[in-house]
Amino acid sequence: MSGLAERATTVDLLALGDDALIAAQRLAEWVSRAPTLEEDVALANIALDQLGAARMLLATAGDEDELAYRRDDRGFRNCLLAELPLGPGRGDLDFGWTMTWLLMLSAAQLLRYTDLAAGADEHAAGIGAKAVKESTYHLDHATQWMLRLGGGTEQSHRRVQEALDGLWPYGHELAEGIRDRWLALVEPVLAEAGLTRPADRWRPDGGRAGRHTEHLSFLLAEMQSLHRAHPGAQW
Amino acid sequence: MTSDVPLWEVFVRARRGLAHTHAGSLHAPDADMALRHARDLYTRRQEGVSIWVVPATEITASSPDEKDSFFDPAADKIYRHPTFYELPEGVAHL
Repeated sequence: MSGLAERATTVDLLALGDDALIAAQRLAEWVSRAPTLEEDVALANIALDQLGAARMLLATAGDEDELAYRRDDRGFRNCLLAELPLGPGRGDLDFGWTMTWLLMLSAAQLLRYTDLAAGADEHAAGIGAKAVKESTYHLDHATQWMLRLGGGTEQSHRRVQEALDGLWPYGHELAEGIRDRWLALVEPVLAEAGLTRPADRWRPDGGRAGRHTEHLSFLLAEMQSLHRAHPGAQW
Repeated sequence: MTSDVPLWEVFVRARRGLAHTHAGSLHAPDADMALRHARDLYTRRQEGVSIWVVPATEITASSPDEKDSFFDPAADKIYRHPTFYELPEGVAHL
């Protein structure tokens, strides 16, 4: 951990990388369980894009395996949204919940990667430029489903609105510093989908400082167990 | 759930100058989603520069029972085949 503290310039990269890594692990829960085979492939693609971005970002911030597999929850800098279950409770998998989560997350990632691509650091700019294209697609995928679920049946509308109400508070930490630009991406989608944009009330945060929900520990236990049982294991 | 979702036929153009070729089929609720799924399923290894999706129900296909009357008469009409021409050097797609 001392190596991380010395490299203050990589703090943003670490946060971005942790968002992508934890999001990839979460999305992987859908593999073999999506509503259609086509959607299964789409979600796995998005998860792999997230993992690819995470690897580049973490490898820039330090040793990617050390960072991914040897930190405990207090060492992770991801926003709380990334680690939340993809449904109302732990172990749940809800499609409307997942698309709402992906809309919020990918809109923020698109903006942060765009900024990274425009930055002075050539290496980081290259990572940003590659990730921008992927995030654009993730945002589009989530948008398409939000429009269909929001404007679909009474049940699909109700469930995606519940997801939005449940996840909205976590958008504050997610889009800290880019809130206006983030709202400009997300709000038109909600309006077109006929969804009610929740009021801004509770603003949970702490993820960027390593204070996480109980959900992250469970996620890490699954993600890190192999590496912890067999340190340095390779394919 | 898949059975409720319409089937789409996917055509992919491998590169500029070539025709769209049938790549396969998929399920999607509408044309826009079909296009996006086709991107994930059929162009993930850079197979294409353009995609068409067509509702499978909109395709009128010849019947296997009609094979004889449809295709066999063409077999003995060799003048329909451009076999009497010298192919110029360098013609790739004829």
